[in-house]
Formats: sequence, structure tokens, C-alpha cells
Amino acid sequence: MNKVATNKQNTLAISPEEIRKLAISSRIDMVRRGWYKFSRNTLSMVGLGTVLLIVFLAVFAPWVAPYPAHAGPFTDFAHAGEAPSSAHLFGTDMIGRDILSRVIFALRPALIMGVVVLGLVVPLGVFLGLVAGYAHGTWPDTVIMRITDIFIAVPALVLALAIASVLEPNLTNSMIAVSVMWWPWYTRLVYSLSSSLRNEDFVRSAELMGASNFHILFREILPNFWGPIFTKMSIDMGFVILLGASLSFVGLGEQPPKPGLGTMVAEGADHLPDQWWMVVFPALAIVIVVLGFNLLGDGLHDLLSEEKG
Amino acid sequence: MGAFLEAIDLKKYFVIGHEGTVHRTPVTVKAVDGVSFTLQQGETFGLVGESGSGKSTIAYTIIGMYQPTAGSLLFHDLDLFGKGKTRPLALRKQIQIVFQDPGSSLNPRQTIRQILELPLRLHRSSSDLLTEVVRLLELVDLPPAYLYKYPYMLSGGEKQIVAIARALATSPSLIILDEPTSALDVSVQGKIINLLLRLQRELDLSYLFITHDLSLMRNVASRVAIMYLGKVCEIAEMSEFFTHPQHPYTQMLLSSIPVVTEEEERAKPVKVISTGEIPSPVNVPPGCSFHMRCPRAMEICQRVDPAMVSLGEGHTVRCHLFEQSQ
Amino acid sequence: MSGHPLLEIKDLYVQFNVYGGALKVLDGVNIEVHPGEKVGLVGETGAGKTTTMKAVLHVLPEPAAQITGGEILFDGQDILKMVPSQLKQIRGKGIAMIFQDPTLALNPVFTVGEQMSAVVQYSMEAGRNLTKREVRERSITTLKEVSLADPERLLGNYPIQLSGGMRQRICIAMALAARPKLLIADEPGTSLDVTIQDQVLRLLDELVEKRNTAIILITHSLGVVRERTDRVYVMYAGNIVENAPTTQLYSRSFHPYTQGLMAAVPKLTGGGVSDGIPGRMPAYLNPPQGCRFSPRCPRVMEICRGEKPMLREASPGHQVACFLYPRGNELEINTKWNVSSGG
Repeated sequence: MNKVATNKQNTLAISPEEIRKLAISSRIDMVRRGWYKFSRNTLSMVGLGTVLLIVFLAVFAPWVAPYPAHAGPFTDFAHAGEAPSSAHLFGTDMIGRDILSRVIFALRPALIMGVVVLGLVVPLGVFLGLVAGYAHGTWPDTVIMRITDIFIAVPALVLALAIASVLEPNLTNSMIAVSVMWWPWYTRLVYSLSSSLRNEDFVRSAELMGASNFHILFREILPNFWGPIFTKMSIDMGFVILLGASLSFVGLGEQPPKPGLGTMVAEGADHLPDQWWMVVFPALAIVIVVLGFNLLGDGLHDLLSEEKG
Repeated sequence: MGAFLEAIDLKKYFVIGHEGTVHRTPVTVKAVDGVSFTLQQGETFGLVGESGSGKSTIAYTIIGMYQPTAGSLLFHDLDLFGKGKTRPLALRKQIQIVFQDPGSSLNPRQTIRQILELPLRLHRSSSDLLTEVVRLLELVDLPPAYLYKYPYMLSGGEKQIVAIARALATSPSLIILDEPTSALDVSVQGKIINLLLRLQRELDLSYLFITHDLSLMRNVASRVAIMYLGKVCEIAEMSEFFTHPQHPYTQMLLSSIPVVTEEEERAKPVKVISTGEIPSPVNVPPGCSFHMRCPRAMEICQRVDPAMVSLGEGHTVRCHLFEQSQ
Repeated sequence: MSGHPLLEIKDLYVQFNVYGGALKVLDGVNIEVHPGEKVGLVGETGAGKTTTMKAVLHVLPEPAAQITGGEILFDGQDILKMVPSQLKQIRGKGIAMIFQDPTLALNPVFTVGEQMSAVVQYSMEAGRNLTKREVRERSITTLKEVSLADPERLLGNYPIQLSGGMRQRICIAMALAARPKLLIADEPGTSLDVTIQDQVLRLLDELVEKRNTAIILITHSLGVVRERTDRVYVMYAGNIVENAPTTQLYSRSFHPYTQGLMAAVPKLTGGGVSDGIPGRMPAYLNPPQGCRFSPRCPRVMEICRGEKPMLREASPGHQVACFLYPRGNELEINTKWNVSSGG
């Protein structure tokens, strides 16, 4: 019955053990080659280093920050508004809290914001984009993409502001607000990619073999987009944090006394230009975070797009 | 009766737009317009034609990508489009295709192992997929080291070999080869062709071989059908086809082929000077679609589309010249 | 051939600087084209045919592409040393080019007439002083020369309204409008159907013969070269490996690569297909030492791996770059390429 199988003798030229070794060695080879390519680009490495440093600081904030207590409702009017010194590298704020410590702690809500927002937005956006792109020209395409267009048409910050102000101002609600306006971009990205990829012969081939829609969407089509998706995620991470900071700047994010990068810039803005450190250091932190994720994104882009050869 | 694959008056029209403002009439392209042929088990049936002649549309219809507009396709006397739109797995398994472009036919994000596992998972009950994949690689002479390679690490020829292995994975009886070597250089083409011929012998496969390269066709096919603007002009046994081509288009085509040796030059029919342009498939002229370029066109050719005429021994030709002599 | 060559490519080296090194694509290319001569340049994908011709037209993508050695003499002047104004003189009036895909060579948003009049005005003699009416008349005569029927109507058409064969004829008309001395045709019939390709190549043949225009026909098709040229250059991995009068090359080729290629072409007389040449063309990042064909050559010797063979005369007018053929030795060595019978 099975022509191919009976055609050759039952002994294989290679043992299962050797096959396993082959699998491992080729995987190691892939990783090594990828790392080699990535590591040769200085800017990507700077990006990676920055991101790792940010994550490290955020995770180990209580141990890294010089004055962990200053991240909460702490007051020390004796040292209020001090310029940067060896005791307080970034200076202190109007109620005497160490700005360096507060910046380090502020990285936490910033990263949580980025991770949670992308964690919600990416699966939803990618899924809708995949379905719409693969169903190109039929009703699911029309329905999904018109809804997407509506969300894209409303200015992002305005929408987020509206949502965040209707709801109670806190971190959770600002994350919901940002998520609502962010997913359509992933739908758009994946839609444009998948509506062209669906005509590739390998997709046709899987269809003709009788593969399920699930297989075609997630095993055949989706893996081709990891490059652009990861790249966008990495770059977006910076921008989501930036938007979160904007929301907290207008008082719609993390509430005092907890530190938020945007809140700190907003509070310090009243004391410019004399007590410049209150604005400059939190602002600098925002810039570095955004830049770090952007550089990492560029590196990932080069790495993952070249892999196709 | 009992034909392996039989196309009966197969038609496939595509609507490419609409004309007129009030009464909108659809503009159609008759990509395949009344094609009949039979394919015998174990043979290589060659389908030759220029781009736009409809040969790929026939392939895609047989494989099930398109629904025919009219006519029928019988596989072992079973209508391929008899039962609704989705083709049962058991039937999909029987007919496979190798696409023209090796760059597009393999998923760039999958290893060769993953690529070959899909058909096995869908069509075989075997529990040891990995062993089956290694066997497939052996069958097409690729070493097991290719298991974990990605398509971008392979040359064009090797990619096409993997595509062939994938087609073999379901143990098909018919493989459609849609210009399998036209994207490859001539120095690697031979390897693929000889592999296909060996597999055919070993596994008793039937091929529908599509190409525009008649010199290649001469070396692989057992019978040849020539297509022009959606219709078959001539069908004949391979040696008969090349020694006694009858249709004026076939003669023009054969005499236009650039060849590399004197013997081939002598084997070509008397030079038929190629004239005129190929009409657009949207606007096929009335009568015989070739009459404007035909050196032997008669008055009737402008009005009446000729019917297929049998010249005996499986040699049929669609031309008024032969209707009269009967 | 007697007299000075029209085009002389001498020992041309071109490399592409990429991330991670240099792709040494052209590795000492020598080509001569005499006035009115029909020259074929054959080779497979990636052999360097197009790079060579881009160097001749001075259109290599600089600074990534770098000419690291050699000279290209056109009418005795080195193209590589020319200033832009001199190059402008050469292009069109000296050397013209037609491409594989006529769809890409014509601008889709202008009519044939608009594109023709640009050619007439800017590259034909005294074209700039012509009235609108004269430009139109010249466009029509130019189109008539490539045997296009009803040129008046064609002038109002957009390229998309025409068939592939007609588009290629228009490209030929444009290329030849300024009466160049040399026409470079890059795979001119490849995207067309066999019968239409035959028409286009025949037309090209007639035109260049009538005007004594030299032509370089770049193609991967050994058949086309055999029918349409006087002399053939065979290119492999950035080298000219063999160069001979066409009839001589097809009756007896010397280089194992040429022989392998000839054997690999399926024959209209049947008899099966050769397995072809094992392996693939080397990557240009680290090309093999010595002869670049040595890793695939069934007759490889010790010397081939260490030293690069130079083109030398193996028989009168027939040059080959292979150590199998010492100078003046007319011995023909036939490489056995495995042919298995098919069907």
C-alpha cells in the first residue's frame, strides 16, 4: 500500500541518536550565527545593553536604589530641592526625595505598562490581521479592516485621554486606554504582510495538501512575520512607555506618591529653570528607555530580515 | 473507459472586470476553452504552450485550486468535481503538484523536516514521522544533514528536489509538474529531470509535465499536447509529434526553437517564418484563433473554429486543412 | 579580425564591497568587439554577464561596486576615465542597450509617442531643432523600421495596451534611433514566447546587419547564440573561460565547462538529458583559488587548484582558459559527461 516506504530497505542510513545530535547542533549553529551577526552591529549591542540595564534596575530597584524609602510617601524638608551632589546624584525634589531612587522605581510602572499593553495588543492585533489578510477580499476582511480603520482614524492621544479621564486615573486604566488605541497598528501590519503572502506557493501547497486553516494561519503564515512583529514590538515598547509618561504627565497615570516618569517631569516643570534636575533626569530616563528599545528593534530587524537570505 | 485521467471539454473562464455603465457585461478571459485529453497510467503527458496559453490553468484545475466553468475531469472514472467544493483527503493524496518557482514553494521559516512532515501528518498513519522524512530524503538522494536546514541555505535545484520530495510524501499516483526546471540553470536542470524520470520508474508515477521548452519535452514525454490561446491544437505520440507535426502552429513553433547542434537543425521541420502578434486572450479572434498568423489560412478559418480531427494512432489535430482532406 | 576593435575590455576586475567583505565578481575579463561584429556572451545566472555590460555603460552602482583593475576602450578611448559629459556622448549615440523585460524598460505612464519623441529629440542628430510635426514624422519612420504596423496609432498607445513582442520592438526602435555603433542586448527574447522571440531576434539581426552595427548578445541560451552570432564568449564565475568563432565553438568546444553546458542542453533529437554539472557556481565572497571551475571540474588537476589559467589560443582564433590545453596544442580533449537516457 505504501509505495514510498516499502521501496527502500527498512534500515536508515542514520540512527535516531544521530538525528537528535544533528537537531541540537544545527540549532546551536543557528543561534551562534544569529548572535554573531547581531553582535557585530555596535548600535544593536548598545540597545541590548541599555534594555538589559533598564530591566535589571526595575527588577532589583529596592536593592539598587540608594534610598528605597524615597519611592513612597516620604518627606525630608531639610534636604528639599537640593542640586545633584555625591549624596544625591540626581538631586532631590521639593519634598526632599532622592530623584535617582525615584527614577529607578519609576522604571517599574513604565515597564509594566509596556509589557502589559503589548501583551494585550499584540496577540489580538496579530490574530485579527492574520484572519483578515488570509481572507483577503471576503467579508471577514471587510469587517475587521473597517473597524481597524475607525480606530486608526481617531487621534491616539485624544482617545487615550478620553478613556483615561472617563475611568478613574490610575496605572491600570491608563494601560487599558493605551491598549484600545494600539492594537489596530498590529492588525494593519500583519494584514498587509499576510494578504500578499497568501498567494505564495507554499501556502497554496499546504491548502492543497488539506491542511487546516489553523495550521495555515499559525504554522505557515505567522512564522514569516516574527521579524517585523518583534521589531515593531521592540520599537513600540519605547513609544508605549512614552505615551504612558504623557498620560501621567497630565495626571492620568501612576498617582502620587508613587513615582512615574511623566509625573516627575510634570512636577518638576514648575521649578524650571532653577531646579533643572527635577525635569532633566526623569526626562533623560524616558529618552534612554525609548532609544534603547528602538536600537534593539533595529538590530532585531536586521537580524531577522537577513535570515531569509 | 478506464482512463487514468480524462479531461472532457474542460472550460475555465475568469471574469476580469466589467464593461459598460448601464448594462454591465462581464469581461471574461477564456483561459481554458474546451480542452479534452486523456492521460494514461505511468506515462508522461506533456502540455506545451506559450505563456497565457492556459496550460497552468489546466494544472491548477486538476489539482483543485480552480473550479472548472464547464466540462469535467475524470480520475479513474471518478468526477474530480462531483462532490461539492472540497476535495476529500483520499483524493488529494492521489494528485500532487510541483510548482515552477522553487523560491516560493517552500516556507522560508520552516526546516526541511517541518516542510516534509506536513503531508506525512495529513496523509499517513505512521507514528514515526521522522523516519519517514529521512526515507523521503533518501528517496530523492538528499543526505539526512538536510533535515534541519532552512530553504535559504539551499540552491535553487535543491529546493526543487525538496518540493519533489514533498509531493512524493503522500504516495501520489499523479504528479503535475508545472515548469519544474524553468527557473533553474541548464547545468542543474538535468539532475532534476533525471531524478524525476528515475522516480517515475521506481514508483510507477504518472506525470502531467508542463513546459514551454520543446527540446526538454522531447526528452521526457511519451505524448504531447500543444496549446494555443486556451485550446489544444494538436496531440500526438512524442516521436510522431516531432517527426510529423501537422498543425501550422506546431510547425512554426518547432521551427522557431533555437538549437545547439546540426543534427537538431536537420530534425526541425521546414522553417515556417513566424509572423504576427499573439492576440490578447481577452479578445480572441473569431474562427480559428491562429488564422491571423497562419501561413496556410483559408477563408473558412476566419469564420469557423475547427474541430479536433483524428489522423489515426492517437494523433489528433484541430485545423480545417485536415477536415477537408477527410 | 583586422583593424581596431570597436570595444575592447582589457583585464577588467570588478568587486562589490558588502558588509563582511568584497565580492570579487569580475576576475580579469577580456572581450573584443569589432565594428559590425555579432558577439554572444553566454553564461549561467550569476556568471557576471550583466556586471560586465554595466561596467561598459558605466552604470555600476557605485560606491558599492568598485572597478579594481583593467580598462574599457571604446573607439580607442577609455570609458572608465571619461567625465560625465563624454559619457553622455557615448551612451545612446555610441552604445545603446535593450533589456530582457520590455515592460520594465518602458515607462507605463507615458504614451509610446511621448517616449519616442524624447528619444528623437535628445539622442538623434539635430533632434532638438525639430518641430513637433517633424518629431512625429521621425518617430513614425523609426517605428516603421522595426516593422511595426500602423505606427500612427501606436504613438497614442500606452505600453500596457501592447503585446510583449511589440514592446520589445519599440525598445529596439528607441535603442537604434540614434544609430549607435554598438548595441548591447541583454536577454532580448527571454521573456517572450518562442515564436515571438524568433521574430524579435530575426528583426534585430536584419537591422544590425543592414547598418553595420556591432551587437553583444547577452544570453543564457546556447541555442540563441548559435543562430545569431559570429563569435562567442563563454563566461563562468567572473571569468571568460572560452572564446571562439561561433561555428568552431559548436563543432568542438574545449573547456570542460563549455562541454558540460553543451551536454546539459536537452536536444530536440532526444536521447535523454545529461545529469548536468555537479555542484553550483561558487560564492564570490571566497571564490576558489586557482581556476574557479576547479571544484566542479571532472578533469581537475593539481595545478588548477593553485594557479589561475589564462586565456590562450588553443587553435587559431579559439582561446580557452584551461590547463588541459598548452599553447599551440590542438589536441581536443573530450570530457565525458554522463548522459542517462530518458523517457
